[in-house]
Amino acid sequence: MTDMGWINGAITGARPAAIGALLRYFRDLDTAEEAFQEAALRALKSWPANGPPRDPAAWLILVGRNAALDGLRVRARQTALPPDEVLSDLDDVEAPLAERLDGSHYRDDVLRLLFICCHPDLPATQQIALALRIVSGLSVPQIARAFLVGEAAMEQRITRAKARIAKADVPFEAPGAVERAERVGAVASMVYLLFNEGYSAGGDVVRGPLCDEAIRLARLLLRLFHTEPEIMGLTAMMLLQHARLAARFDAAGEAILLEDQDRTLWNSRLLAEGLALIDKAIRHNLPGPYQLQAAIAATHSRAVRFEDTDWAGIDALYAALERMQPSPLVTLNRAVATAKLHGPEAALSMITPLEERLSGYYYYFGARGAFLAQLGRLAEARAAFDRAIALADTPAQAAHIRRHLDGLMRSA
Amino acid sequence: MLYAILCYNDEDVVWSWTKEEDAAVMGRLAVVHERLAKKMGPSARLLPTTAATTLRKSPEPIVIDGPYAETKEQLLGFYVIEVENLDAALDVARQLTAANPGGAYEIRPIALYNPDKRVP
Repeated sequence: MTDMGWINGAITGARPAAIGALLRYFRDLDTAEEAFQEAALRALKSWPANGPPRDPAAWLILVGRNAALDGLRVRARQTALPPDEVLSDLDDVEAPLAERLDGSHYRDDVLRLLFICCHPDLPATQQIALALRIVSGLSVPQIARAFLVGEAAMEQRITRAKARIAKADVPFEAPGAVERAERVGAVASMVYLLFNEGYSAGGDVVRGPLCDEAIRLARLLLRLFHTEPEIMGLTAMMLLQHARLAARFDAAGEAILLEDQDRTLWNSRLLAEGLALIDKAIRHNLPGPYQLQAAIAATHSRAVRFEDTDWAGIDALYAALERMQPSPLVTLNRAVATAKLHGPEAALSMITPLEERLSGYYYYFGARGAFLAQLGRLAEARAAFDRAIALADTPAQAAHIRRHLDGLMRSA
Repeated sequence: MLYAILCYNDEDVVWSWTKEEDAAVMGRLAVVHERLAKKMGPSARLLPTTAATTLRKSPEPIVIDGPYAETKEQLLGFYVIEVENLDAALDVARQLTAANPGGAYEIRPIALYNPDKRVP
């Protein structure tokens, strides 16, 4: 039995390897994309009748390459295309090609494709849009909706990104070890940006699936580099955070803080995968920022109730992250753990030096207000909460602080 | 006789399913599982091979990231069934195939079966 859902899945699953290989043949993103598009159309015609091929990627590469070469010939000589019967008889040639695909070519093809999408010449928004279009195969209208811009604007953004890449030097030889590591790093940050786009949109139906797509790309990256602890960490962090989705918002769409979330709503399959990956990463004893953030998320995930949270563990992980990647936001997050361990006084003195750098930041004044309130310095707490409300990005954030303020009024 | 049905498929494909496609496959499988309930022992769906770790049993066992075998199709789950013979086992596999196409089922007779010993 052949099923359209399976065929679509097979085409999407094979897409990165197939476009990556076609890009290596044609050294031109547009040609590779068109060749793949043509191959996918033929697959939709041929696979329901003949059954799916053993190796969908190899089939798509071969058919795509032939179709593109035919196209080039047609344009050159105005000759007719060969009939589909000729192209559908591919089983004999498929096997040896598939053998070749198994090796390092496949890995470097996919990495090159991902890396091209996050070329350093491109601004982050163009990187993500291009990766979604080329690697994930989302349509321009889908991407435009996810980024809350018009279709024409998104079309233009992607066209501009492609034009920049066409002008940039894209290396096609197999990368050396150092260069490969740099590429993996660049791709990892693009995947993380993509995840954050979806995560910040919360349960939004249009933007939320960006998280799924980021996780899919991370798994793809991890399959290619399955001994890289930072890629394990990145994937784990995204899985663990995404697992909380159903618990993060109430019926009215307001954000629910970690401490108030119904932990039975956390997705156990995503949690299990995330925890498995952070366990694997830690064994390598090569800590990095993604692993530390994943380990923090894992510590929260392992607490059955908020009261069971291992704050000493979280404080130590944030301290390590502070040393590795100093940032006022990391210190601010650490202060929450410090407050639990050593009390609000210690937390307050930890964040006070950050005030200048975080003066436009909602969370800073929210945390400051909470610490001051715990110390009974109610007037100062109220002032901090007022500033937090003024800086809130969403009505839900403002409402959250107002509940704190109401609490102050009652205790006053 | 007890058989294991080992489920192989391309995980790039399976983990590319949308939530709806995944739910549709699981829904169709649930119907088959229900129909076969009298023959079904334990079954499991495995997380992606990226979550796997392999311990090689050399004199000094070494731990390797990833699955034991790098194959085009990966072991993604298994069933334990009790049926009279191979034909009946194949019939079960055919019914599962109709609900979940793609890949392959390996039917392996079981030599020794230890039931779940965990205390509930």
